[in-house]
Amino acid sequence: MKAKKNGSSTKAFEKALATRSSGKYILRLYVAGATDRSCQAILRARQLCETELNGNYKLEVIDVYQQPILARDGQIVATPTLVKELPRPVRRFIGDLANTTRLFVGLDLHTKTKIKL
Amino acid sequence: MKHNGHKTISPKAHLPKCPTGIQGLDEITGGGLPRGRPTLVCGGAGCGKTLFAAEFLVRGAAQFGEPGVFMSFEETEAELKANVASLGFDLAGLVRRKKVVLEYVRVERSEIHETGEYDLEGLFVRLNLAIDSVGARRVVLDTLEALFAGLPNEAILRAELRRLFRWLKDKGVTAVITAERGREQLTRHGLEEYVSDCVILLDHRIHDQIATRHLRVVKYRGALHGTNEFPFLIGDNGISVMPITSLGLNHKVSSDRVSTGIPRLDAMLNGRGFFRGSSILLTGTPGTGKTIISACFAQAAARRGERVLFFSFEESPNQIMRNLHSIGLRLEPLVEQGLLRFHSARPTLYGLEMHLATMFKEIAAFKPQVVIMDPITSLMVAGTDHETKGMVTRLIDYLKGGQITSLFTSLTHGGHALQQSEIAMSSLMDSWLLLQDFEGNGERNRVLYVIKARGMAHSNQVREFLISNRGVDLVDAYIGPSGVLTGASRVAQAAREKSAALTSQQEAARRKRELVRKRATLEQQIASLRSEYETEEVELRRLDEQAGTQTRLLTAERTELARLRQADATVTTRTNSKSRLKGKR
Repeated sequence: MKAKKNGSSTKAFEKALATRSSGKYILRLYVAGATDRSCQAILRARQLCETELNGNYKLEVIDVYQQPILARDGQIVATPTLVKELPRPVRRFIGDLANTTRLFVGLDLHTKTKIKL
Repeated sequence: MKHNGHKTISPKAHLPKCPTGIQGLDEITGGGLPRGRPTLVCGGAGCGKTLFAAEFLVRGAAQFGEPGVFMSFEETEAELKANVASLGFDLAGLVRRKKVVLEYVRVERSEIHETGEYDLEGLFVRLNLAIDSVGARRVVLDTLEALFAGLPNEAILRAELRRLFRWLKDKGVTAVITAERGREQLTRHGLEEYVSDCVILLDHRIHDQIATRHLRVVKYRGALHGTNEFPFLIGDNGISVMPITSLGLNHKVSSDRVSTGIPRLDAMLNGRGFFRGSSILLTGTPGTGKTIISACFAQAAARRGERVLFFSFEESPNQIMRNLHSIGLRLEPLVEQGLLRFHSARPTLYGLEMHLATMFKEIAAFKPQVVIMDPITSLMVAGTDHETKGMVTRLIDYLKGGQITSLFTSLTHGGHALQQSEIAMSSLMDSWLLLQDFEGNGERNRVLYVIKARGMAHSNQVREFLISNRGVDLVDAYIGPSGVLTGASRVAQAAREKSAALTSQQEAARRKRELVRKRATLEQQIASLRSEYETEEVELRRLDEQAGTQTRLLTAERTELARLRQADATVTTRTNSKSRLKGKR
């Protein structure tokens, strides 16, 4: 009985794990003006989405100078910030996305795909 | 507290100041914080940094017409509103009226991954938005150090903070930045490096288990400021800083007199009692009737229609009133009429400053003519002797400024020199009554002295102080060869004197009677002597007459004889007979 229960919960966990990353990625990238750093961040984010998320994503780029209210609503402190709104948990990647290892770990991409770029 | 003695600090305002509206702080800083510059407020946990910042902002918006932005890194908008509402600030209302913007900045370390170079432009944008949305003149950042915990790259952070403070100055807003106190520096992350115009240090110290908050202006570039550590407290209406050396010595005085409620005591004080607005110290060992004299004074004042505020630090109001029933003193009607109000608080409830503030508040609310503190010595447990004296000085100053007569009782401990523990305070007092226990003949009796009474001719006599179920009375103490006699020995002495008086009275009566008798005897003797004399006189007269007759007969005989002998010696014979008569008498 005990073993059976354990078996079923393990199955449920595996199932959840399998379906988890199949959800659509919703990403927002907050940048401040058209600086080099902003451009870098935008480029890298786009590249990541194309190569790793197989089109299963939505990326929104927001210039906080243009839309400061969105910066407030999004609780942005640093720029550039890439916010992974979905799937949960919410994660914030601050900086120009040069450090891809952290980015991949944060996006839970390390389990499914190989790290390149 | 409105007229503090720090006016001298603001001579010529070179530096524009931004009034905080915080009681006392503007006096210390000579007008407020430096306008258009950031001020660092640092201190340990729970010493009131956030509140300081909130009050600065709220008062700015409400009193000085300067809208503000409160950027909080720790508390959410709702928490902040609730927290300051408990101190009487309507932050929510100010937010609704667009006088204040609350901006909560959430920095969650667990969500954040650093992936490269970044800056804090997001924060700048948000701050700018908030400032522009209400036209803010004041900004609070509470506390920036949350950024150090949330963001990983300290080097970037430091560069960005430097930029932030520069930016705030350029913006022309007066900013208050709070920071946690560091171990060896003023702040944990060395923010004082960037904010160098004005640094205020808040401190929460515990001394003998009682916490007192202190405020010190560590630095104020371009302006004179009070450098001392000033106690401050957080009350129902925010922060109040109390400069210790406030108030000058220039209160008005009254030559009005108020009765003590005990006629004989009035008599000892030049017949008319204390001066109105004077301070009176009543010292005594335990159980000498300090509270009772205070209560009599309170009752007398309330009966004159004056309002009396009774601070008690040891007994509850009900207990005091119940105990006074035993001497026939009923204070309840006076309480019901609103003439007498009790305020009881344990001395250890809070620090001295808080006690002082509470008293000020109560006094300001009730506007009494008489204030009684029973006993002031209890407050010594809430602070050192020195602090207590400072507090009592300020209290007396405050009371005298308002022409309020104040009575302080002070407990002397048995075994101490009588006038020892009051030395700290007695010089501040105008009148000083000493109650003392007198032990002798197996009993203790109370005596009362007037040790000093400035400005009046007071009695130098010791009086015995009697408490009976009819109230309080003072009687003359007997001064005998062995000292002052009180109680039973006084009564015994009185009896002795009475019996002595009776004896002497009887003695006098006896002597009087004896005198009468003597007089009678004497008169009798006189009478008998007189009768004897009279008898003798009669006898003598008879003899005289007899002799006269004989002489006459003899003369006649001689004359006859001479006539018969024809002699002329008539004259001689007559003379002889006369001298003979004389000799016989």
